Amino acid sequence: MMRALLPLIVFIGLGVALAISLTKDPRRLENTLIDEPFPAFSLSALDNPDEIFTEELVQGQISVVNVWGSWCVTCNVEHPILMDVAKDDSIRLIGLNWRDGREKARSWLDKRGDPYDLIVFDPDSELAIPLGVSGAPETFITDKNGRIRYKHSGAISFEDWNTIFQPLLETLEAE
Amino acid sequence: MRIFILLFFFWAIPAFAQSPDSSLATNPALENRAREIGQSLRCVVCQNQSIDESDAPLAQDMRKLVRERLKAGDSNEEIINFMRQKYGDFVLLKPPVQSNTYLLWALPFFLLLGGLIWFVRAGRRPA
Repeated sequence: MMRALLPLIVFIGLGVALAISLTKDPRRLENTLIDEPFPAFSLSALDNPDEIFTEELVQGQISVVNVWGSWCVTCNVEHPILMDVAKDDSIRLIGLNWRDGREKARSWLDKRGDPYDLIVFDPDSELAIPLGVSGAPETFITDKNGRIRYKHSGAISFEDWNTIFQPLLETLEAE
Repeated sequence: MRIFILLFFFWAIPAFAQSPDSSLATNPALENRAREIGQSLRCVVCQNQSIDESDAPLAQDMRKLVRERLKAGDSNEEIINFMRQKYGDFVLLKPPVQSNTYLLWALPFFLLLGGLIWFVRAGRRPA
């Protein structure tokens, strides 16, 4: 009896295992960088090649770091949310302009509005790779000690902002 | 003649997507190591391609980073571990043998063993 049921049991086991893995998105990368210090870098400002930013940038205050590019279609979708966030002066929004050109990036912002407090220019993924960036937009939250506390892949929705970002920023502020 | 036409169709020259971003052209030993590392790292924005094969912009930048780190004197392991720390195990094309992959690595051997046992027992049974 048991012998006859064996193939069925194996089949059901396999089916369950495959069904579970179907619910996972293999393209979603692990967040290996949570609680790690923000990587060291030395890159210029988008609007001024002579102004150099380093990892000091995220020291001492909470920052939201948004990876974007003028070539990034989804960034258009996210842009109104960032503009809304920018109205709150207590939130420091840093742009990481990724794999883009200075002029292209600037005109993209001129057309739509610039939500960023400052923008780091990273045309060769020098900071994007150490940040584990695989696409834009991606958004990081760093705490007062310059450690990465959250990574968001893809566009931020209003709901994401209200249910994830806002509460986390409040928690970090209280730390 | 026919053989030449056949050759024309079947002699596919492998496409090396590697663009001339090789800053190590003068140093073949380092360049070889760069290729070796590149072949073991997954292009995270592609479908199962290594960064060595891929033409994706991110893969290009990753190759550049690998070469710069080699020039700075990093070992192959150091570079691969750096990438793994940033992108997770997914960036490794060959899954490492560790607690969550024991099953993956052991399964083929169990299947082989099971098959052999079945084969021997089935063979012994009188027809």
